[in-house]
Amino acid sequence: MDQIQTLLGPAWLPVWTLVKIMVIVLPLLIGVAYLTYAERKIIGYMQIRIGPNRVGPKGWLQPIADALKLMFKEIVIPTGASKSVFILAPVLALAPALAAWAVIPFGDTLVLADLDASLLYVMAITSMGVYGVILAGWASNSKYAFLGAMRSAAQIVSYEIAMGFALVGVLMAAQSLNLGDIVRAQQGGFWHWYFLPLFPMFLVYLIAILAETNRSPFDVAEGESEIVAGFHVDYSGMAFAVFFLAEYANMILVSAMTSLMFLGGWLSPVPFLPDGLFWLLAKTSFILFLFLWFRATFPRYRYDQIMRLGWKVLIPVTLVWLLVEGAVMQTSLGRFFH
Amino acid sequence: MLKWIQQFFKTFLLIELLKGMAVTGRHLFLPKLTIQYPEQHTPMSPRFRGLHAQRRYENGEERCIACKLCEAACPALAIHIESAQREDGTRRTTRYDIDLTKCIFCGYCEEACPVDAIVETHIFAYHGEKRGDLYYTKEMLLAVGDQYEAEIARNKAADAKYR
Repeated sequence: MDQIQTLLGPAWLPVWTLVKIMVIVLPLLIGVAYLTYAERKIIGYMQIRIGPNRVGPKGWLQPIADALKLMFKEIVIPTGASKSVFILAPVLALAPALAAWAVIPFGDTLVLADLDASLLYVMAITSMGVYGVILAGWASNSKYAFLGAMRSAAQIVSYEIAMGFALVGVLMAAQSLNLGDIVRAQQGGFWHWYFLPLFPMFLVYLIAILAETNRSPFDVAEGESEIVAGFHVDYSGMAFAVFFLAEYANMILVSAMTSLMFLGGWLSPVPFLPDGLFWLLAKTSFILFLFLWFRATFPRYRYDQIMRLGWKVLIPVTLVWLLVEGAVMQTSLGRFFH
Repeated sequence: MLKWIQQFFKTFLLIELLKGMAVTGRHLFLPKLTIQYPEQHTPMSPRFRGLHAQRRYENGEERCIACKLCEAACPALAIHIESAQREDGTRRTTRYDIDLTKCIFCGYCEEACPVDAIVETHIFAYHGEKRGDLYYTKEMLLAVGDQYEAEIARNKAADAKYR
């Protein structure tokens, strides 16, 4: 390795960083592909069907076949569309979903960029994702796409607040904005994880991330029964696939965030088992499974119900629990939160 | 007041949602009902109405006597018949066409037929590759009948006691 470093000279740092990025992004994309497979299988099983099982053994090659199909399809650009924005929108949707992974710690030292305010960075970057959706809806020049984009924008703006407040609870308890430090503050077994003292926050966060990623039961942005497919109604081929990738990459991202914030990240649930990447993956998979379980169970919310739930239920709940948490931390019971 | 408190806890403990998730969670482990079509089939009634066929008697004589009752019964006007006298003095069809793109598979032709000549078989997976392929002529219908006669006779016999 030292020889390669001297060989490359000043080019070493960008090359090495690129290698590290690939090590994160490639498994992520494979994870996205197989998340779609898992979704179809699990929802199928919950509907007493067996899901895809034709392509490859047990249907394991189904995501590959889907990707190939989308790659070879034509990207149709509507006549009235704003061409450059139309092409740019899916990229804008996907880029933040990948960029946020830069600060996710996979282990005690396994992190690409160890920022002090990494939580803030993730919040800021994931908020950018909605621009892809809004621009896609606007650039398509179609009423359905535009309606979907407006719904998505309103929904993400309202739930971002509840999500932010839920995370404020976490950083009050951890006294840090660094994701690694937040996880390290939960050391010592699952009864130290934040989902217990911050249980209402945990629930609010779970609900808010469903809305943030436009997943069922908050998927009004693409509600196929009323607005066909929402913001990506005019997209086809690879452009559509990129939106699809972005949605699932976001799902994996927020699941990983949930496991870092509330479920102790890479820490093992009991002290006698070793910590490690495995635990982070297991917890993330569990949250992802919840996503799919919710989708198989709940019917879609009406648009005004979503707004009511966000503004009149979730935000007050987080505010009340922030007060409770702040007050308790001033008393001798404060260690409960640390 | 008590009711209000009850409602409050019911809402915030998400009880209804958990009940719903319990249902789907249970279904995750139930045996699956999927019929894997090309390999497995659902049971089929002897009355199934699929592709049409013209039958023959055992001596090879075609059953159809060109009475045109099926043509009259057909609600979709899918059947077209022309008839003429054969050398032996019997009336026979010179043309018996069924346009399967018009046919609604109601089975009235089969019920109208006094000699069980036109029948609908169990065949439902057939296709045409160009326009006109689904316009079945007398020869094509007789060929279908010849090929599946044993099956048709069996289904007719199974259903006979209910007629």
